Amino acid sequence: MLLIRCPYCEEERPELEFRNAGEAHIARSANMAGESDDDFEKFFFIRSNPKGIIYERWRHMHGCARFFNAVRDTVTDKFIMTYKAGEPKPSNLPKISNEVVAK
Amino acid sequence: MSGAFRIPGAGRLKQAKTARFNFDGQAYTGIEGDTLASALLANGVHLVGRSFKYHRPRGILSAGAEEPNALVEIKRDAARKTPNVRATVQELYDGLEAQSQNRWPSLSFDVGAVNDIASPLFSAGFYYKTFMWPKAAWKSLYEPKIRAAAGLGVSPDQPDPDHYSSRYGHCDVLVLGGGAAGIAAALAAAETGVRVILADEQAEFGGSLRFETGAGIDGQDGFAWAQAAIAELQGMDNVRVLSRTTAFGYYAQNFVGLVERVSDHLSTPGHDLPRERLWQVRAKRVVLASGAIERHMVFADNDRPGIMLAGAARTYLNHYGVAVGRQVGVYTANDSAYAAAIDLKKAGVQVAAIVDLRDHPTGPVIDEARALGIEVNFGRAVIRAGGKLRVSSMTVQPKNGGGERTIPVDAILMSAGWTPSVHLFSQSRGKVAFNDETKRFVPGTYAQDCVSVGACNGTDGLSATIDEAYAAGEKAAKDTGAKTVKSNRPKVDASESWSRGMLGAAPGAGPDTTVKAFVDFQNDVTAKDIRQAVHEGMRSIEHVKRFTTNGMATDQGKTSNMHGLAIAAEELGKPIPEVGLTTFRAPYTPVTFGAIVSHARGPLFDPTRKTAIHPWAEAQGAVFEDVGQWKRAWYFPKAGEDMHAAVDRECVAVRKTAGLFDASTLGKIEVVGPDAAKFMELLYTNPWEKLEPGRCRYGIMLREDGFIYDDGVVGRLAPDRFHVTTTTGGAPRVMNHMEDYLQTEFPHLNVWLTSITEQWAVIAVQGPKSRDIIAPLVEGIDMSDEALPHMSVREGKICGVPTRLFRMSFTGERGFEVNVPADYGQAVWEALWAEGQKHDAAAYGTEAMHVLRAEKGYIIVGQDTDGTVTPNDAGLDWAVGKKKADFVGIRGMARPDLVAKGRKQLVGLKTKDPKVVLEEGAQIVEDPKQAIPMKMIGHVTSSYWSENCGRSIALALVAGGRDRMGDTLYVPMPNGVIEVEVSSMVFFDETGGRLNG
Repeated sequence: MLLIRCPYCEEERPELEFRNAGEAHIARSANMAGESDDDFEKFFFIRSNPKGIIYERWRHMHGCARFFNAVRDTVTDKFIMTYKAGEPKPSNLPKISNEVVAK
Repeated sequence: MSGAFRIPGAGRLKQAKTARFNFDGQAYTGIEGDTLASALLANGVHLVGRSFKYHRPRGILSAGAEEPNALVEIKRDAARKTPNVRATVQELYDGLEAQSQNRWPSLSFDVGAVNDIASPLFSAGFYYKTFMWPKAAWKSLYEPKIRAAAGLGVSPDQPDPDHYSSRYGHCDVLVLGGGAAGIAAALAAAETGVRVILADEQAEFGGSLRFETGAGIDGQDGFAWAQAAIAELQGMDNVRVLSRTTAFGYYAQNFVGLVERVSDHLSTPGHDLPRERLWQVRAKRVVLASGAIERHMVFADNDRPGIMLAGAARTYLNHYGVAVGRQVGVYTANDSAYAAAIDLKKAGVQVAAIVDLRDHPTGPVIDEARALGIEVNFGRAVIRAGGKLRVSSMTVQPKNGGGERTIPVDAILMSAGWTPSVHLFSQSRGKVAFNDETKRFVPGTYAQDCVSVGACNGTDGLSATIDEAYAAGEKAAKDTGAKTVKSNRPKVDASESWSRGMLGAAPGAGPDTTVKAFVDFQNDVTAKDIRQAVHEGMRSIEHVKRFTTNGMATDQGKTSNMHGLAIAAEELGKPIPEVGLTTFRAPYTPVTFGAIVSHARGPLFDPTRKTAIHPWAEAQGAVFEDVGQWKRAWYFPKAGEDMHAAVDRECVAVRKTAGLFDASTLGKIEVVGPDAAKFMELLYTNPWEKLEPGRCRYGIMLREDGFIYDDGVVGRLAPDRFHVTTTTGGAPRVMNHMEDYLQTEFPHLNVWLTSITEQWAVIAVQGPKSRDIIAPLVEGIDMSDEALPHMSVREGKICGVPTRLFRMSFTGERGFEVNVPADYGQAVWEALWAEGQKHDAAAYGTEAMHVLRAEKGYIIVGQDTDGTVTPNDAGLDWAVGKKKADFVGIRGMARPDLVAKGRKQLVGLKTKDPKVVLEEGAQIVEDPKQAIPMKMIGHVTSSYWSENCGRSIALALVAGGRDRMGDTLYVPMPNGVIEVEVSSMVFFDETGGRLNG
């Protein structure tokens, strides 16, 4: 079970309190009705499904109930950071080594 | 007498406390503190089971959780039968009943042993090759036969009467394994004051100190030191010591699952005790001290009962006081087996000979063995074991060939060396590294905040182990913020050291032979099987594993992995690290479902939600149905009525006089704020801005893809306040959907969302007499049609309590939905019921509600829609605001496929024979005479007998349905084709006049 830091509660809480809500930073068009078929396809159907760093949405369902964003490594399942909804996609990720060198 | 093989003065058990037990119907006596295995061995019983595939007689290989052979069924009563219990782990209690497995009719004469003779048929991969033909035989013959023959043990056939508990644990330092290393690490961490949990799978702590006679720490014998250290740890407030507790799984972020066996060792477990307790521990640091597992020697017939690991024989002698034979042979490739020979010899057991594969080993143990007069042979191999139900001899040959010599023995102790137990480390996603010098996989790259110490880290010798473990315990504590304290490091006075050993098949079991030299006892995999897998093209060790089943199932390769790998590597002509190690999977040893499920079973499996009016319905004899977590009154049968009769009566009553219905489960959300109307405009297809306070509207919610997600009647209580209703099952997801858009897409809107489902009880009063029933109880609301028309809402009082009174209808009759605070729900219901009795009103349940709404063609989202239905498909275009610039689903709805012709549309169906009721889900075709598979053009979504219409009615999704009005279609069923006519969805009161009737 993962530990996830809620950026609103400013606490690490167990995964049981959270729900994943899919990929982050997919903006809904301000002119939705005018979107082309291609643009709508990209918006609604296409997801990056990366091996490695993913930007995704979570909801602190059984806590403050807020939606927020997280950066997670899909290979190691490690969270690199979490941040509030509406904040820009972070460009400089803090370096987190996936592996601790042999002790 | 506790067994003929018990040696007076040997071991640590108190002879006085005996325990009677029973194995395969035979009564025996053991001593408290015995395992079932040690008690059986004390009585000279080695034959305890039959193997998985070949049904070969099997004995006891080990003295711990790595046991692959001695799997038995432990029975307390008819319901408490546990299969595949390791006899080496099961503690003896007075009255224990055990049974051998996988044999018929008896353990010594087993018909299934014919598989051993027929073994060429059952070699590696036989399963994939043998049963290919004829194809039809797989289902009728092969699969049932294989299923009956396969598997070990018999599953219990009654519900588990025991109870299990579950706890979360939090600590700074979690130490897994309570041998010398684990104890030292726990001491070091505990002395700093941080929170420590120390767990070990055995009943007593000490690990290999249980059998090492040559270990001395802090002036004491090793085992005595361990007990003193544990007593000290138990006395500390910051330490929790868990014995009989196996760490079975290592999960993300130092989350470790452990199972504590609380009462399996007790003769009469108190009912207040759980059988097992699941611990879910989150630790800041984990110290892995899981030790090492001894490997067997791979030679012909190395599975005969009486052949066991040397370290196990030492444990049986030094801890349990049991000699595993009277005339033992030793076969080894390392030093540690010498210690077993020496201990046994000193205890008065004959040691026939030590056979050592090594050419010129030297060292103190070898000198000591010689000094005791034990025959020691170097450069020789045991090429075969004699005997069947018990080993009777070992045949020795120089390892490069030459004359054979057969030595009579009744036990063979073997050791090919020790494999670091890296299971938990691997589960933590750490990567192992191969040490070429010692030929061992040891922890290499760590993925989590943990550290391995002692034998599981490849550290040899007690001194080095304690130093390493103590330092690691100190560091782990410091990493979690502990202050440095004066070090109290245990001092090692004496220790044993073992050199390395060998991997793979021994001479006499090489590629040129066809002997059965077992690599994996539990899965009956021989050296030959591994080689065959390579010959048949398996290159990856993962493929070899699956083809041969080596290291699979509950065993997870504890004794077999390294041998199997070495044989495959040799056959592939590659170095071991290039072939790689298979993945170690959780659980380390099997975990009962009971421990994982804990109390979450039966009525505690899932919450049950009941409405405020539930007790009344129950008292009236209502039959309930489950709707999600809710219990809903389904129908209210009167004496002698079946469901059909009750539902017919309820439906007729509603249209004739009136009916009362508990609609409290309806989802309810209050949307409040200056921008509430703007928010509603975006979340629902309908226009809301112009809806006047006091009026209601039927709303449709779409997903962004344009399909119907939910529906419900929405009342506007004030310019800034909407009372939204949702479907019963949809309430949580609708709330989530709304919150998602409010928080992330439309955060500029000033709106609050509050779930009010459980705050309001809802009583629907429907029917021509509904107003007459309600009016006398209402204060402050004008009930006239002019003041309170259909689809309006007023706030006032009923029976003196606040109400939100909706004039609305899900039946097509004049109708009301009375919302009152849930605490008053039942009282108001009873008052309304009393009024209703003056007008011959009936209570109706969900089934009648379904029929009544279908008579009017009102859809149920999730029954008449399935997530691929647009408002247009459902005939609800009128509910989509045509002038709106945006709402969720506006673009999805306009996708080419969603506006294409020929989509499935909701229509009514009338069977040509009005008495025939269609089956929901039945498929619809145009031409019933076409060849199979027929072209299906739709399906029935709702179907009922309508007593009010005097015929059956149905709703269906049919391709191009609205263009087929009056057409005849067909519903092919197993008993014949049913003719139907496409009709309007409204079967009753098509003009809608009864809404004001």
